Amino acid sequence: MALKIGADAPAFELKNVDGNTVSLESLKDGASALAIVFSCNHCPYVLAWEDRLIQIARDYAGKGVRFALINANDPVKYPADSFPEMQSRARMKSYPFPYLFDETQEVARAYGAERTPEVFLFDASGRLVYHGAPDDNYDDPSAVKKHYLREALDAVLAGGTPPVAETPPVGCTIKWK
Amino acid sequence: MNIEFLYFEDCPSHAAALERLRDLLGQENLRADLRIVRVESDEQAQSLRFPGSPTIRVDGQDIDPVGAAANPVGLSCRVYRTSDGRSTPLPPEDLLREALRRAAGRRTPD
Repeated sequence: MALKIGADAPAFELKNVDGNTVSLESLKDGASALAIVFSCNHCPYVLAWEDRLIQIARDYAGKGVRFALINANDPVKYPADSFPEMQSRARMKSYPFPYLFDETQEVARAYGAERTPEVFLFDASGRLVYHGAPDDNYDDPSAVKKHYLREALDAVLAGGTPPVAETPPVGCTIKWK
Repeated sequence: MNIEFLYFEDCPSHAAALERLRDLLGQENLRADLRIVRVESDEQAQSLRFPGSPTIRVDGQDIDPVGAAANPVGLSCRVYRTSDGRSTPLPPEDLLREALRRAAGRRTPD
């Protein structure tokens, strides 16, 4: 079961594609908001939303918002989601955020993540304020009517609460070991 | 015309893909025997050479043979490419329409 709105972000320390370890605490430190997105390489829903998430991260970076992507998929079953492939993907797309490998899948389980992509947005105090899909249209960026993540970020940065706190995550299932 | 629609339940685009297929059959005024196959195991995926969900074959021919070859066979969601280069889990309408017209023996208007 996924984290409930208002829950604290479970702590983690995971290996980033640059070889360094990244902790939740380091991501939260001084951030006005933190978006943790469970992701991977192979899933078409991730690929469909990827450029939009990169753009959101860039648009909000100057406002103190941090992003981190976490891949928890079993690379034995899905070799495209292996750590070296994650490194290639991050380089190719010039990811403006850490891309972390949850090799034991413990972090995905702690968050109750089930799909990729699946967004968990925390406010400055580390409490969950939005959980779900980035927006309401995976297929066509020009047809998006509800920009859930952007609207949640705007609300949090204005000191309020997101107009929509939860939506069903839409994407591939996490590939458990 | 025989159409096979193969899907894996975990990939949510299959319902929209099936709706798109049915809409296009109506728009093109085509009749088809539509066989819907739920793929539930790796073994079944291998035996069907299933390159991900959803997969649509018209008279035995994948609507995107090049894309099918690029997707690994197995229980996963399939990546399609739109004409403007985007990735999507939903079979693009133009790709599907062309496949139906090819099978119907029509030429796609320039």
